Amino acid sequence: MSLHNNPLDIPRNGGMGLDLDWVLSAQANTSAIERRASQLGTRRSVKKAHQAAWLLKAVSCIDLTTLSGDDTSNRVLRLCEKAKQPVDAGILAKLEMPNISVGAVCVYHDMIPAAKSALEGTGIPVAAVSTGFPAGLSPFHLRVAEITESVAAGADEIDIVISRRHVLSGNWQALYDEMRTFREACGDAHVKAILATGELGSLRNVARASLVCMMAGADFIKTSTGKESVNATLPVSLVMIRAIRDYHERTGFMVGYKPAGGISKAKDALVYLSMMKEELGLRWVQPDLFRFGASSLLGDIERQLEHYVTGAYSATFRHAMG
Amino acid sequence: MSIKEIFESMDYGTAPESAAEAQKWLEDKGRAFGHFINGEFTKPGDGFDTRNPANDEHLAQITQATQTDVDAAVLAAKSAQKSWAKLGGHKRARKLYGLARLMQKHSRLLAVLETMDNGKPIRESRDIDIPLAQRHFYYHAGLAQLLETELPDRDPIGVCGQIIPWNFPLLMLAWKIAPALAAGNTVVLKPAEYTPLTALAFAELCQMAGLPKGVVNIVTGDGAVGEMIVTHPDVQKIAFTGSTEVGRIIRRQTAGTGKSLTLELGGKSPFIIFDDADLDSAVEGVVDAIWFNQGQVCCAGSRLLVHEAVSDKVHAKLVQRMEKLRVGDPMDKSIDIGAIVHRTQHDRISDMIGSCQTGTVHQPDLDMPDSGWFYPPTLISGLSPAHPLMQEEIFGPVLVTTTFRTPAEAIQLANNTKYGLAASVWSENVNLCLGIAPQLKAGVVWVNGTNMFDAAASFGGMRESGFGREGGWEGLQAYTKPKTVSKKAKLITPKSGAANEHHDLDRTAKLYIGGKQARPDSGYSKAVYDASGRYMSDIPLASRKDIRNAVEAAVAAESWGKTTGHLRSQILYYLGENLDARKTEFAARLDQMRGGKTGAAEVEASIDALFTYGAWADKFDGDVRNVPIRGVALGMNEPVGIIGAFCPDSAPLLGLITTLGSALAMGNRVILTASEAYPLSATDLYQILDTSDVPKGVVSILTGSHVDLAPHMASHLGVDAVWSFSAQDISKTIEENAAGNIKLTWVNYGLDRDWLNSDPIEFLHNATERKTIWIPFGEG
Repeated sequence: MSLHNNPLDIPRNGGMGLDLDWVLSAQANTSAIERRASQLGTRRSVKKAHQAAWLLKAVSCIDLTTLSGDDTSNRVLRLCEKAKQPVDAGILAKLEMPNISVGAVCVYHDMIPAAKSALEGTGIPVAAVSTGFPAGLSPFHLRVAEITESVAAGADEIDIVISRRHVLSGNWQALYDEMRTFREACGDAHVKAILATGELGSLRNVARASLVCMMAGADFIKTSTGKESVNATLPVSLVMIRAIRDYHERTGFMVGYKPAGGISKAKDALVYLSMMKEELGLRWVQPDLFRFGASSLLGDIERQLEHYVTGAYSATFRHAMG
Repeated sequence: MSIKEIFESMDYGTAPESAAEAQKWLEDKGRAFGHFINGEFTKPGDGFDTRNPANDEHLAQITQATQTDVDAAVLAAKSAQKSWAKLGGHKRARKLYGLARLMQKHSRLLAVLETMDNGKPIRESRDIDIPLAQRHFYYHAGLAQLLETELPDRDPIGVCGQIIPWNFPLLMLAWKIAPALAAGNTVVLKPAEYTPLTALAFAELCQMAGLPKGVVNIVTGDGAVGEMIVTHPDVQKIAFTGSTEVGRIIRRQTAGTGKSLTLELGGKSPFIIFDDADLDSAVEGVVDAIWFNQGQVCCAGSRLLVHEAVSDKVHAKLVQRMEKLRVGDPMDKSIDIGAIVHRTQHDRISDMIGSCQTGTVHQPDLDMPDSGWFYPPTLISGLSPAHPLMQEEIFGPVLVTTTFRTPAEAIQLANNTKYGLAASVWSENVNLCLGIAPQLKAGVVWVNGTNMFDAAASFGGMRESGFGREGGWEGLQAYTKPKTVSKKAKLITPKSGAANEHHDLDRTAKLYIGGKQARPDSGYSKAVYDASGRYMSDIPLASRKDIRNAVEAAVAAESWGKTTGHLRSQILYYLGENLDARKTEFAARLDQMRGGKTGAAEVEASIDALFTYGAWADKFDGDVRNVPIRGVALGMNEPVGIIGAFCPDSAPLLGLITTLGSALAMGNRVILTASEAYPLSATDLYQILDTSDVPKGVVSILTGSHVDLAPHMASHLGVDAVWSFSAQDISKTIEENAAGNIKLTWVNYGLDRDWLNSDPIEFLHNATERKTIWIPFGEG
């Protein structure tokens, strides 16, 4: 199956054998990457109508997420309704963009049926976090089984967590094998590999883990579970999307990118979109290759869009909650 | 474009910064400016337009200064200087602090004016130029505060003439004015003809800050006005940033005048990428190096040197990156490359690239504005070092590239230039980076970075990139002079006697070149007589060919600069020990040559000096500067290289030993021309040098006429510095001839010094050049 909103049919990443020479030659200079990251928001600026259009693009790339221990079917239903109508219809009408929905809804395994039924007929995919999310330390066969069950329950996308210990101990083969197995278990469901970058120790490890996961067939690489103390950052993003670029150049496969956690402002979303456009190109600024894993970002975008439409600054309570 | 269309195309659209406030400011001034002299703006007079290079819009009418204007400005500065200096460090700190605050408060006006006048992207003027200029005033407020306790033996120089370029108009103004004012000088500054507006806006801030009248004077005009400032007799210091060509003219014009001089000139700085670098970051570094300020940056990394193993990869990444650069309206916040400052510069770049017949010129297919002086980012590959574009400064958004095989070859290529301003080294191997940085002939080296600047870290060039440093304590030092007052050097006429007087055994001194005694190339000698007119010996008359030979020997002894301070100190102590063993003989020689009984004291002082410089050899340390990065900026005191020195008559042994000791201690090679009146103390030293483990070529000693030798020493392109303590009037000759390769000069303008109480630090400063190595670090 193909992902929602797919404007062009691109071949799915088939992966390749583990190329350790390539993996180990990956470098990431923290200070230089931070310098580039600090310029991303100052070298490009998107204003007025362009800003409104870009924010709508951001909305279409959001994986609207609830991953809490107290999630219920009704809570998920509410979220799905928001996913279908992420922005007030009146505002969208004024923007002449009535059919905006989010990229996906992301939930725990037990919430898949509720999400599936709420989103039926919308084309909005359901993503399930899996493999012992967020720590990924449950028995391996259970982690694989969890994927199988989530796919059986109707999940269109599976967000797996990698074993951070394989990265930290330099066991790239183990990481590759694990990812391969997860990918196979996903079948037709697309798989996003969560690297938990905040726990990998260095940007170099982020670069290497990104490459290994892509070699093992990840459709997306994703920064974080949202549960680490540091989640998506621009430096981490630069490292991961540069790895995506190199992988594309060598294999021809286009792998998607999902920053998750920590992106809560419309302004930040614009910087991320422009980063994708600058570093990877326009094709990567589409929901089949780019997602925001975010829960509070949408609220800020709604306020900015209302400001654009009315000229007056908005307030949170004016926008429907998810 | 509809929202839907933008949603699909994801175009940036435009994001223009408003020019309204800046236009209003210009309107309020009637779009016409006079000079700023003695705290007031003069009436606008005849002059020229300043225009926006992005759209050719007329911005304002600028007045061309006349000699009368320059005289008035200098007089105002001169009248204000004493009381400004007398205010004291703290009160000057308050004013500098006030200027920094005002620049902050009016930062957007300054940024917009800068972009309109210069054509640089608003991102750069807003995020780089103006904040760095503010930072410079804050930092120097601090230096003013600390000056009296930290530099108690220094005085302000007086009136400073400052001539700045158009590429960073306000930032260069800050680099010039802040240290001058901190040290208690007053200034007459001329902004560049193309970009005078922010200097005039700054003049207004000086009024707001309540700066005493005459402390800052700003005159506008072309190079002719610059020349009036340079040649004005009441200007004691010239600080110039600009082309090497003009720097050379200024060097000649100020030769022999005693004006202190700082020159910050051109460059062709290498950008070196090793195979283990983070290549994506290195490519981004290239963007910040050569496509910053349209490449109109003296320290731009304009010569890309790439390890062969990754050159194809880097080239491909670079070409890809260039496609994403946006060229256009500099006021647009989403523009990477703005307009070239002026048509003249645009034509110059176009001509240089247009005439390039070899190599592959790559320019990406970008949307270019229909009008205005825009030049696309350009990459030229496949050039060999011999190609003019690999050697000459283009001063535009043009990168030339070549490859290297080994670190040694990278260094060779990097240093294969007449310039020496900056360099970037990219590798994840810090051993490699830190090993290479000291070997690069450059005043600034950035490790895994580029174009990093801060007021606390000094900036300036080697070779034909100029001399003197701006920023840090060194920059402040350049606006001060020693408090000591020197007397005129006494010209001593050597005794003459009967030419036919002979010893039983012939005593003919030779020259000392490359560790051997050598007969002079000229084949001429002259007799030396003692105080009572008795014949002592013949000494050879060295000529330019002997200078050539001594330089060749010094070049071959290059490895001396890489020896440890520990080794050099041992050799200097050993020289002292061996001189001590023959002190009676040396004392007697001095007394015999000049009469009196002061020889013994001078020999003792000479041994003392050898110990002093032996002691300093491993203690005149660099330091770590507190720059706002996660990392360090290392300040290294590097040897100048090959120093040619003319030794004094007033202390024929001590003067020579002080010169030799300080030069050798810091790792220099030295060509000493002995005291003309009393040369035998120098020739007696040969045996001591031979027995003290001084490697051959490190010290050469010549005898002969200072007047004859000075022009040849100063014009030799392989000599890095010339010092003169001579009683002969050769300072002007030396400074004029030194213009050829912009070599460092330290001359006495006919004044003598108290050799028994000379300040070793002054000698060590002159024996070293400061290099700043920026090392960002950290992993996370």
